[in-house]
Amino acid sequence: MSILVFAEHDNSTLKADTLKTVAAAQAIGGDIHVLVAGSDCQSVAQEAAKINGVTKVIVADNAAYEHQLAENISLLVTELAGDYEHILATALTTGKNFMPRVAALLDVAQISDIIAVESADTFVRPIYAGNAIATVQSLDGKKVITVRSTGFDAVATDGSAEIVALDSATDAGISTHVKDELSVSERPDLGAASVVISGGRGMQNGDNFKLLEGIADKLGAAVGASRAAVDAGFVPNDMQVGQTGKIVAPDLYIAVGISGAIQHLAGMKDSKIIVAINKDAEAPIFQVADYGIVGDLFDVLPELEGKL
Amino acid sequence: MKVLVPIKRVIDYNVKVRVKADNSNVDLANVKMAINPFCEIAVEEAVRLKEAGTATEVITVSIGDKSCQEQLRTALALGADRAIQIETDENLDALNIAKLLKKIVEEEEPQLVILGKQSIDSDNNQTGQMLAALTGMPQGTFASEVKVEGDKVNVTREVDSGLQTVSLNLPAIVTTDLRLNEPRYAKLPNIMKAKRKPLVVMPAADFGIDLSPRSTLLKVTPPATRQAGIIVDSVDTLIEKLKNEAKVIS
Repeated sequence: MSILVFAEHDNSTLKADTLKTVAAAQAIGGDIHVLVAGSDCQSVAQEAAKINGVTKVIVADNAAYEHQLAENISLLVTELAGDYEHILATALTTGKNFMPRVAALLDVAQISDIIAVESADTFVRPIYAGNAIATVQSLDGKKVITVRSTGFDAVATDGSAEIVALDSATDAGISTHVKDELSVSERPDLGAASVVISGGRGMQNGDNFKLLEGIADKLGAAVGASRAAVDAGFVPNDMQVGQTGKIVAPDLYIAVGISGAIQHLAGMKDSKIIVAINKDAEAPIFQVADYGIVGDLFDVLPELEGKL
Repeated sequence: MKVLVPIKRVIDYNVKVRVKADNSNVDLANVKMAINPFCEIAVEEAVRLKEAGTATEVITVSIGDKSCQEQLRTALALGADRAIQIETDENLDALNIAKLLKKIVEEEEPQLVILGKQSIDSDNNQTGQMLAALTGMPQGTFASEVKVEGDKVNVTREVDSGLQTVSLNLPAIVTTDLRLNEPRYAKLPNIMKAKRKPLVVMPAADFGIDLSPRSTLLKVTPPATRQAGIIVDSVDTLIEKLKNEAKVIS
């Protein structure tokens, strides 16, 4: 029984979430192969070869895969699928985009966003914004699965798998990449940071996020936001934490000026310690917070930054 | 061009769902239901394309029992021209939904199919991509901007690292993200008018598709609950607690 894990990367570095998806593959059990599909992505293949428990890295290095367009990647993965009983990708925007396409091409269902593995065919996943947890048994011969990385601990990287190059390149010819507008930040990635500080509507404008950045710099934290703050245009979409944004589970999550709608809680309530700073003592965020400060964030934040 | 908008009836987004005592599923009895928020954004986008003269007709479709006609009427009140209900009492998984929708696509031949990126009940995020695979169409998922230009559509997508724009050959599939548009409220005259717009009912059983389930729901449990913590009276106390009690900062 073999498992194919799709590697998340940007053609130069492997995303740490892949180590957690491999952990899910180990929980299923079997021979684990990693697929690195991209362009000029040999350094990613080298990194992937070091993931513990991986026996083979398949590299599809071709211009057709540079931007990981779903139309092309899904054909590649479907071609490889014959050898595998499980196909796993991390439930980030790349995996969410192409994996259902793979499942439909293989005429199987997809199990999305698993947070635990019960057995080779039974998986646990949150539904209703995490307000219910479903245990689902797949009846399909092949299992196409996306993995929520916060549910698994990263595996170590002291292995040495063989690297196999794949020559075939498939361009479906129905879509092209136009441009990327990437947010540049020197802070840690939201999904990987051990501390996250997020702002909501209470921040009032984008400039005030500087108050969070000062604290983030002292704590080595990533900066996130609630949907309200993104919708209001304070900060870009890639900072959104929540049901349909990023799911984070850091050691420390500091929610500032965030009321705590269920959709936001869905993205952060598995954090180890939650701190809430809000002037409304009745805000639902206090019901999930370990420590709360009821007060004006414009007083609390500068004091916190000064004393850290 | 025709635009097809599949929509789903789901629990209202403000309602916090409860799990049934026997752990068989969530309890939806007497719970307020609504059009899935992402589907509402899809309807709005299609109607705007029509208002801009790009689209000629907006067709909405939903799969479910009679109750989903309520959401189809909502879509008609928002500006869709006609509606199709694919009638079934079964709770179908995304692959079977996509197979039914494929038949509608083949019959109606829309140039654009706009769907919500996910429904807020099952949180699957699958149907649009699966329909794209089955119809061989390109897909622009998690869209924050949709621009039809000639025989192509440019879709700006919300991705983990920021925004990505792709160009797709028409016909194409688009799935909506939150910031694509802000849906309008249906005005009373439009709600009245919607009652007279055509709504066709087609039994799912007549589609000739094997709709047997691909998975079994073994149980549904409530999530681990967090205990509410304490309110601290000062920033000093907070820092002390984080350092010495929680040990998450040094």
